[in-house]
Amino acid sequence: MAFRLKLVPEKTNIDFFRWQWLTFGFSIFMIVASLGTVAVKGLNFGVDFLGGTTIRTESTTPLDISVYRDALAPLDLGDVTITEVNDPGFREDQHVAQIRIGARDGEEAVTSDAILAAEAALKAVDPAVVFAQVESVGPKVSGELIWKAVLAVFIGSAGIMVYIWMRFEWQMAVGTVSAMLHDVIVTLGIFSLFSLRFDLSIVAALLTILGYSVNDTVVIFDRLRENLAKYKTMPLREMMNLTANETLSRTVMTATTTLISLTVLIIWGGDVIRGFVFAMILGVVLGTYSTLYMAKNVVLFLGVDRGDKPKKSSNEFADIDA
Amino acid sequence: MNPTSMWKRVLIFVFCGWGILAAMPNGFYPRVEAHNDAAKAIAASEGVATPEQAEALSGWPSFLPSALMNLGLDLRGGAHLLGRVELSEVYKSTIDARWPEVRDALRDIRNEVGGVRRAPSVDGVLRVTIANPEAMPAALTAVRALATPITSLTGVGHTDIEVTSDGADIVVQLSDAEKAAIDERSMRQSLEIIRNRVDQAGTREPTIQRQGADRILIQVPGIGSATELKELIGTTAKLTFQPVVSRTTNPATSPGARNSLVPSLDEPGVYYVLEDTPVVTGEQLQDAQPAFDQNSNPAVSFRFDGAGGRKFGEYTAANVGKPFAIVLDNQVISAPRINQAITGGSGIITGNFTIEEATQLAVLLRAGALPAKMEFLEERTIGPELGADSIDAGKKAAIIGAIAVIAYMVLSYGIFGWFANIALILNVIIMVALMSSIGATLTLPGIAGIVLTMGMAVDANVLIFERIREELRDGASPAKACEAGFNRAFSAIMDANITGLLTGIIMYAVGSGPVRGFAVTFTLGIITSMFTAVYVTRLVIEIYLNRKRPKTIVV
Repeated sequence: MAFRLKLVPEKTNIDFFRWQWLTFGFSIFMIVASLGTVAVKGLNFGVDFLGGTTIRTESTTPLDISVYRDALAPLDLGDVTITEVNDPGFREDQHVAQIRIGARDGEEAVTSDAILAAEAALKAVDPAVVFAQVESVGPKVSGELIWKAVLAVFIGSAGIMVYIWMRFEWQMAVGTVSAMLHDVIVTLGIFSLFSLRFDLSIVAALLTILGYSVNDTVVIFDRLRENLAKYKTMPLREMMNLTANETLSRTVMTATTTLISLTVLIIWGGDVIRGFVFAMILGVVLGTYSTLYMAKNVVLFLGVDRGDKPKKSSNEFADIDA
Repeated sequence: MNPTSMWKRVLIFVFCGWGILAAMPNGFYPRVEAHNDAAKAIAASEGVATPEQAEALSGWPSFLPSALMNLGLDLRGGAHLLGRVELSEVYKSTIDARWPEVRDALRDIRNEVGGVRRAPSVDGVLRVTIANPEAMPAALTAVRALATPITSLTGVGHTDIEVTSDGADIVVQLSDAEKAAIDERSMRQSLEIIRNRVDQAGTREPTIQRQGADRILIQVPGIGSATELKELIGTTAKLTFQPVVSRTTNPATSPGARNSLVPSLDEPGVYYVLEDTPVVTGEQLQDAQPAFDQNSNPAVSFRFDGAGGRKFGEYTAANVGKPFAIVLDNQVISAPRINQAITGGSGIITGNFTIEEATQLAVLLRAGALPAKMEFLEERTIGPELGADSIDAGKKAAIIGAIAVIAYMVLSYGIFGWFANIALILNVIIMVALMSSIGATLTLPGIAGIVLTMGMAVDANVLIFERIREELRDGASPAKACEAGFNRAFSAIMDANITGLLTGIIMYAVGSGPVRGFAVTFTLGIITSMFTAVYVTRLVIEIYLNRKRPKTIVV
């Protein structure tokens, strides 16, 4: 037999419900803790959501943040934070800083005079500096962007829930959506805990996590539906274990390929999308976990109606139970 | 395995072949870009090509497809602006322009209504006080006669103004239908003017889009900064010719009703009190050119259109000896005295211009004034170096990612891993081909989308292969196992992809900026991966089974 890399043995018989209360409890704890962290600590919103300006400076001279800070101090720009950006992909003489200027109260539009003044002040202390990226968002737009982002996640979940409900059973729709929300909420919690910058691209990542999480869950439910028709008398708990074991190899395989891509991106993709990729990695890990330990638990609690109505035995796609 | 029907095979081959051809130009990006630019330039100059253009044109054979993916601002560098057009300003100027007409109409029935004067009111509303409130019905009739019917989609029978009475005041406001028409007209005009000005700067593929009721999104690749772009658009370049009431150096001067205090452009500390209602506006300009005045100082000559020229002529004839002001963006450029009636409809603006300023002003005047001021809500600049760095990083990540995934698939599934890899490579190629032909824009999150799709695209193949393995374990023959593997995995693949598609479409619809860039590649990737992972892999496996007729297979 030819060599095959197998992360999962051919036949597994793991009891995913063995520590049912522990794992489920852990998930619940994580959700509550994440919500708590977000509520107490808040998210480190970027200018997309808070309004204000970020300037990315690049210079060939070594960076001294205090010089920049002193240069900007007399301008009275309000809330200014300067951080150094490091990336293994940078050239030897590439020194990058991120300067963030908070939005002022009561200003609707972008204050370009302030930006120009800041740029001039920085140029004066470091003639080699270039402004690689300048982003300014007025508070009005940023408010809308938050709202749009929340809306996107909400509509996304609702759409997925309706689809699963149509294709499967409402219990599975609830299970899928709770797993999905678990992934998104815990990702948010981790971003809050470590004060990672939360901007528009993170929202894109969250939405992809939704998609991935659902993808993962749906495959198992699809198999479960098949098994429900096949073994009419097997207890639901046992059947779910069987299903999870049957699909385990695929679950791990897909998670691994996705993680390979994402790991490559986080290492070589540059610092600009690092936050985005990090959110995705969290999402894939959480998504795999929640599929195995969250979605199925919810379905088990809710039970599946296995009444006398004959279950769909065919797995043709056209067979939609609306 | 049930053989794929002939026409299906042909279709799959044709589609893959098209994909490879259509994606190819992106492999030679600079050369094809030069070719396209040259082709455009030659077409613009009606077939006359400079030697450089001819060379650039021959750099890419014209029988091959030449559509490229657009590179987003974050990859190419450039500026992004989101502006809001202050439509209320247009309402104000529109209603203010009605005042002379209303005054004249009421003067005609002076014996009935008595004296008429304009009362202060909020912007966008014209309030006229008449001396004899008893004559209100007659006054209303007279003013209502000025209303003109407008035809709109929303309804017939609307007029442009609504006239009501309030005590001794006649209140004239724009009707909702007229406001809607103004919104539409002003937005279209603003878009047109911005496009004109950006095109004059000759940058490539600018995006100028209306967003929502009163917003305009402007993205110009290759421009140095958002500030530069704002200067190019010019916040207004609104030109008016207004009667001068007086000149003062006291900024605290009270201008009086319906007058305003406007600073001078070159004389510091000098202010003019001007009547609010302009004689002529820049919209009635037909042409403006840089010129020189009699002292050989740079100036701008202009010419009005017919109606504007007539109005200007009448006004200057009636006001010889009085000054009038040329006002640009709420600053008095100059306030010459009218020496004689200017009836020819043309004139010259003098000021302390440099030649560049005069040229710039002429360009702005010619392109037309924005109908209203723009307020900028969002501005972003991305330097070209950062874009180039991002492209490099993205390229590197995509290549390493592809190699890693390919290797992992081969390690896990052997020859079947190679089958999946063929599908994977075709998937990326077809994605790029589709993006090029629909003119989609590739952004950095978009590259992330491609890399992620590569990881997820193999999911369909993984599902199929795992099923084949199961069938083989249950003792099915290779052909049977493959057939069953495809059939039974199909519903899971479909469900997984439809939910993915759902999120992709929602991201595109609701999101903006980076979310959209990601959504485009993610959605396209799901569609193409369905095709390649299911149809292409199936065909490849079928061919393999037919050629080799293996007794046993190991997946």
